[in-house]
Amino acid sequence: MRPLTEEETRVMFEKIAKYIGENLQLLVDRPDGTYCFRLHNDRVYYVSEKIMKLAANISGNKLVSLGTCFGKFTKTHKFRLHVTALDYLAPYAKYKVWIKPGAEQSFLYGNHVLKSGLGRITENTSQYQGVVVYSMADIPLGFGVAAKSTQDCRKVDPMAIVVFHQADVGEYVRHEETLT
Amino acid sequence: MGRKLDPTKKEKRGPGRKARKQKGAETELARFLPAVSDENSKRLSSRARKRAAKRRLGSAEVPKTNKSPEAKPLPGKLPKGIFAGAVQTAGKKGPQSLFNAAQGKKRPAPSSDEEEEEEDSEEDDVVNQGDLWGSEDDADMVDDYGADSNSEDEEEGEEAGVQWLDLGSLQPPPSGFKQFSCLSFLSSWDLQLLPIERAARKQKVREAAAGVQWSEEETEDEEEEVTPESGPSKEEEADGGLQINVDEEPFVLPPAGEMEQDILAPDLQRVHKRIQDIVGILRDFGAQREEGRSRSEYLNRLKKDLATYYSYGDFLLGKLMDLFPLSELVEFLEANEVPRPVTLRTNTLKTRRRDLAQALINRGVNLDPLGKWSKTGLVVYDSSVPIGATPEYLAGHYMLQGASSMLPVMALAPQEHERILDMCCAPGGKTSYMAQLMKNTGVILANDANAERLKSVVGNLHRLGVTNTVISHYDGRQFPKVVGGFDRVLLDAPCSGTGVISKDPAVKTNKDEKDILRCAHLQKELLLSAIDSVNATSKTGGYLVYCTCSIMVEENEWVVDYALKKRNVRLVPTGLDFGQEGFTRFRERRFHPSLRSARRFYPHTHNMDGFFIAKFKKFSNSIPQSETGNSETATPKNVDLPQVIPKSENSSQPAKKAKGAAKTKQQLQKQQRPKKASFQKPNGTSKGADSELSTVPSVRKTQASSRCQDSSQPAGKAEGIRESKVTGKLKQRSPKLQSSKKVAFLKQNAPPKGTDTETLSVLSPSKTQATLKPKDHHHPLGRAKGVEKQQLPEQPFKKAAFQKQNDTPKGPQPPTVSPISSSRPPPAKRKKSQSRGNGQLLLS
Repeated sequence: MRPLTEEETRVMFEKIAKYIGENLQLLVDRPDGTYCFRLHNDRVYYVSEKIMKLAANISGNKLVSLGTCFGKFTKTHKFRLHVTALDYLAPYAKYKVWIKPGAEQSFLYGNHVLKSGLGRITENTSQYQGVVVYSMADIPLGFGVAAKSTQDCRKVDPMAIVVFHQADVGEYVRHEETLT
Repeated sequence: MGRKLDPTKKEKRGPGRKARKQKGAETELARFLPAVSDENSKRLSSRARKRAAKRRLGSAEVPKTNKSPEAKPLPGKLPKGIFAGAVQTAGKKGPQSLFNAAQGKKRPAPSSDEEEEEEDSEEDDVVNQGDLWGSEDDADMVDDYGADSNSEDEEEGEEAGVQWLDLGSLQPPPSGFKQFSCLSFLSSWDLQLLPIERAARKQKVREAAAGVQWSEEETEDEEEEVTPESGPSKEEEADGGLQINVDEEPFVLPPAGEMEQDILAPDLQRVHKRIQDIVGILRDFGAQREEGRSRSEYLNRLKKDLATYYSYGDFLLGKLMDLFPLSELVEFLEANEVPRPVTLRTNTLKTRRRDLAQALINRGVNLDPLGKWSKTGLVVYDSSVPIGATPEYLAGHYMLQGASSMLPVMALAPQEHERILDMCCAPGGKTSYMAQLMKNTGVILANDANAERLKSVVGNLHRLGVTNTVISHYDGRQFPKVVGGFDRVLLDAPCSGTGVISKDPAVKTNKDEKDILRCAHLQKELLLSAIDSVNATSKTGGYLVYCTCSIMVEENEWVVDYALKKRNVRLVPTGLDFGQEGFTRFRERRFHPSLRSARRFYPHTHNMDGFFIAKFKKFSNSIPQSETGNSETATPKNVDLPQVIPKSENSSQPAKKAKGAAKTKQQLQKQQRPKKASFQKPNGTSKGADSELSTVPSVRKTQASSRCQDSSQPAGKAEGIRESKVTGKLKQRSPKLQSSKKVAFLKQNAPPKGTDTETLSVLSPSKTQATLKPKDHHHPLGRAKGVEKQQLPEQPFKKAAFQKQNDTPKGPQPPTVSPISSSRPPPAKRKKSQSRGNGQLLLS
């Protein structure tokens, strides 16, 4: 377990900022304690200092996880956000998409969101903007990238993709192994 | 057909029909239908009712032969009903139709042709009357004079059995009405029935007669069965003469030879019946046993049958028979065939129980709160969607968890900002429950030894939004070396799984003695590590919860008792107000009385998985075992200097050491015992020999050697006394082994108190001697309460050992019998007398 280097921090923050923008600062400076990011086995974990101190006693090959895993760095040092970060992205998301009940299942299986399943979308969403996907009951289901801006979404035909799928909560069941 | 107006109960005449109060169909129809006793009466149509009325009219004079109230409802009831209805309608309609006839309305032929066309006319009459009736609804209501009397007669005629209404008892129609001859010809009524109706009546009569006979026969049979028979047993004799209609042959225990034949081709129904028979016999064995057959034969047969019927291995079934009384045993086995209800736990970090319940109900799940002992549990009865894949589940709003798995966390009661260790956390249900109780504050270290299952822990904790957890992959026994000083520890130890047979039926056959003992050994090690990881001086904590999903005493009470002796912990109430108390004694073992505060749960009594929960409080961080060798060397001296050296010499330190040394001595001796079934142990302090062998020897040897060094100091005389006393005690326990023990001790006495020699002598006596020695040495510790003076001193030390472990470590050991020893039953009386004699022999 080690702190992130500058480069890694930059890459990761860029990625996260796509979804929550400048609210990222809120993740770091929290009123209820100091939180930090730590890297362990190519995965980035978001923990409070207190927990990190306890985890420091555990040897590296025995430590499996600490706090919340945000994502991992790939072999080519790109950062990939996992669904496990959803709990921190959802409250601070700037651009949101709500999908209809009928399209929930499809999204939870890993498919992209079509226009026919689109319920609501935040105004002034630009194309390729990171969005967080919610159900109509305001339950966060995952996140993705807007394929079309809000204006275009109105015009496009019902079978067109409006949100590219990136991560969804169905992965807890489908891809349990990749979480660790 | 319209309702009849009852002149006695005049309805209010308002502007419309609705002004009349409707009393409901039951009251209305009660006037038509014969009685509530007529259970087979259908709701008849108007025509049927008329027909029935006619039949009843005609058959009123038929002799009432079939009045017996049989248990079986006869088909005759049906025609009776029809008759009754028909009579009613006919009776009511008779005067009406006559009235109408008088008024010159359209009349059927019968008015003219009475004799020839009675049959047809009657039918037509009925039909037409129905038509007329239907057409004159309102008028009829007012003018139905006959209805009242008819209904009254109807009720008077009501009795159990077939009802035949005497139409002659009806009120005569008003004068002036021309009475149809058909109505006056009661005897010719039969002719006017349809052939099918006649046949039905005959059938009814026949069956009634048969039914009476059948019921008479039945009572005779029952009386025969009730008469007591000397040899074979009858189930109906049990329970104070409860009469069960079983077949005639009494249950005979098959001879021993036949017992083996069944294995080849078991007829399950026969086996099941035999199980029930034997259970019934054993319940009242004195009265119902077969002559010449012993109880053990019945038990053996029952054991084989249960194993066959429920597919259990012999070992496990034998253990279960020891654990449960017979009636509970069958219930337990039955409960293991059925899965427990699916339960889930609301994740209060993300939602509330009522919101979750609402959301799930909207999805089509049928659920209920779990019980008043749980604020977050829900039980699912059935569900139209997969309960483990709903969006709420994926969003982390709940976790599928057994009801019994919620209990240990409730017992542990983790507080906010505490450091908690969960030693065997997979798949993470208890860990997440603790995190939600702590509201994501503090730290939880979730550890598991199985890497595969750790993945599910990671998944579950992330899904449920738990952020205060560190997940590690250690063998639990490596704590507290890795990190210690936790406020609370939860140990859900790996076990044999005998409480969750319904989830994993393979446990029925693949568990045997070795598995149980291996599990017990591992559990003891884990428990000691867990205890050592707790910080006794924690401000808010110092608690440990040990739980297993097993019902075996070897894995539960035995392990807890072991820990009580080995560490400075004591049992405290779990805070769970339901569940069976833990055992303080089981067969030949005796456990600490505080084990009553532990809790046991069974599938057949609580409808949750079998579970065992015990809560410890650690009161001192010091470990009694690991004190230096000096402490233990003093033990033999202290133990055996009763009158010679006053107790004051045995200050706190030596006393502590003595206790420790005594323990080590016992354990040392015990370790040399060959692998024996643990059942031979008299008390709970005994441990499985193999369980001790691995870790104890190295420690014990050093301690023993150091002890021996110190023991060289005491006077030879004292030692001699000690030896003899010990020998005497040993003799007390197993008189038959006197000579060999004497030899052993004399051998020990012979060499000087050289450290190594004594060690060797202790370590290397023959196997039998070694076994005898520790066993017997142990006995006086555990058993003897009212002991002789010579033996008294040793006991208080040993008892003090227990005391110390279980209470605060005190210095001087009072030479009184400690309360702990009072839990141990007094030794058999006969042995005492023998020992006295033997002891004197030796001393002299």
